[in-house]
Amino acid sequence: MIDVATLPPAAQAGALIGIVLLEAIVLYVVYGLAGQAVGQQIIKRVKKN
Amino acid sequence: MEVLGISLALLVLFVGFGLLIGILFGFFGMGGSFLVTPALLVMGYPSRVAVGSGLAFVFGTSVIATLKHRDLGQVDYKLGVLMIAGTTAGIEVGKEIVLHLEELGLAGSIISVTYVFLLGGIGVFVTYEALKGGGGGGVDHDAADADLDDADIPDIAKKIQSYRVPPMMTLRGGISVSLWMILGVAFATGLLSGFLGVGGGFIRMPALFYLIGVPVPIAVGTDLFEIVFSGGIGSFLYAMDGGVDLSIVLPLLAGSALGARVGSAATSIVDEDEIKVYFGLMLLGGSIAVAVREIGNVYGIPIFDTVSLVLILGSALMVSGAVVYSSITALREEPTSASPAGD
Repeated sequence: MIDVATLPPAAQAGALIGIVLLEAIVLYVVYGLAGQAVGQQIIKRVKKN
Repeated sequence: MEVLGISLALLVLFVGFGLLIGILFGFFGMGGSFLVTPALLVMGYPSRVAVGSGLAFVFGTSVIATLKHRDLGQVDYKLGVLMIAGTTAGIEVGKEIVLHLEELGLAGSIISVTYVFLLGGIGVFVTYEALKGGGGGGVDHDAADADLDDADIPDIAKKIQSYRVPPMMTLRGGISVSLWMILGVAFATGLLSGFLGVGGGFIRMPALFYLIGVPVPIAVGTDLFEIVFSGGIGSFLYAMDGGVDLSIVLPLLAGSALGARVGSAATSIVDEDEIKVYFGLMLLGGSIAVAVREIGNVYGIPIFDTVSLVLILGSALMVSGAVVYSSITALREEPTSASPAGD
């Protein structure tokens, strides 16, 4: 588990929300790039089947 | 083997559950805390952690889904900011009503009954309108900025748009509505949200369409934009009290990030009336689930909690499956190769 217990409550809360926000943006970018790389291939395959 | 302090099996379960919820969230602009919080409660997490982690998860998923809807041109930022202002005021009043009812000892029963009837009522209304077709339709998803035909606007929205009290606001889709009407609708949805203690996506999304006349894809995108702020503030407040557990939120978000992209892209492929049928059916399923849980609480039948969860998860699984199936069917019927689902 990620431990931010040493920080004051407001900083802990900010750090936790920051981690969630960071993960959301990273996942958005990573999945976006993956979609660009293989998205059209998947769609072509779906249309063929 | 443990990852993030939880077993690998639980991690996989959270990622899979997140994928399911992400599809619904990206597609409807709702369904996060509505599904996650009861599931975490049944899994034995304390209510503070279940609610706080649910909110943090909703915050992260709404960021991803909003970014995706922004790419598709389906977020009306001006409307979103106005809705945030009106909703915030409404939530405060709703909370005050709850506190007053708690003093009278009536809060629990009144809130539960209101929740069941509201979910069920909106579910029946939306399903009926979608099945009726025609008048309750919408716009071409690929032309979110195109002006709406008169027949595309619901009758209640036409009435609200007819009140020309200045200042008038021009919204996406060429809609012109009085600022006061927007704030009024936002306040009313916020009031219900604060009263029921829920995020309010299931109230706000239909309200944007049926009361203001915003096209469904923009209603979904704008609703998600608002959830970024409400979810962020809510999860911050819970995190201050140690209510956010990252070992729950991070794997859920990993799954939902993919699901949200799929769900958001599906709004541009699937027929709008189909969207509304699914939305209505899911609300009906939720209404029955909440009623079952409340009956279990009143009569002290613990198994009803599990039945309620199975109903919620079952309807979510059915509806998200229908979204994916409809998208695949629509893609196969498309003659061209270009599609937003490629994202």
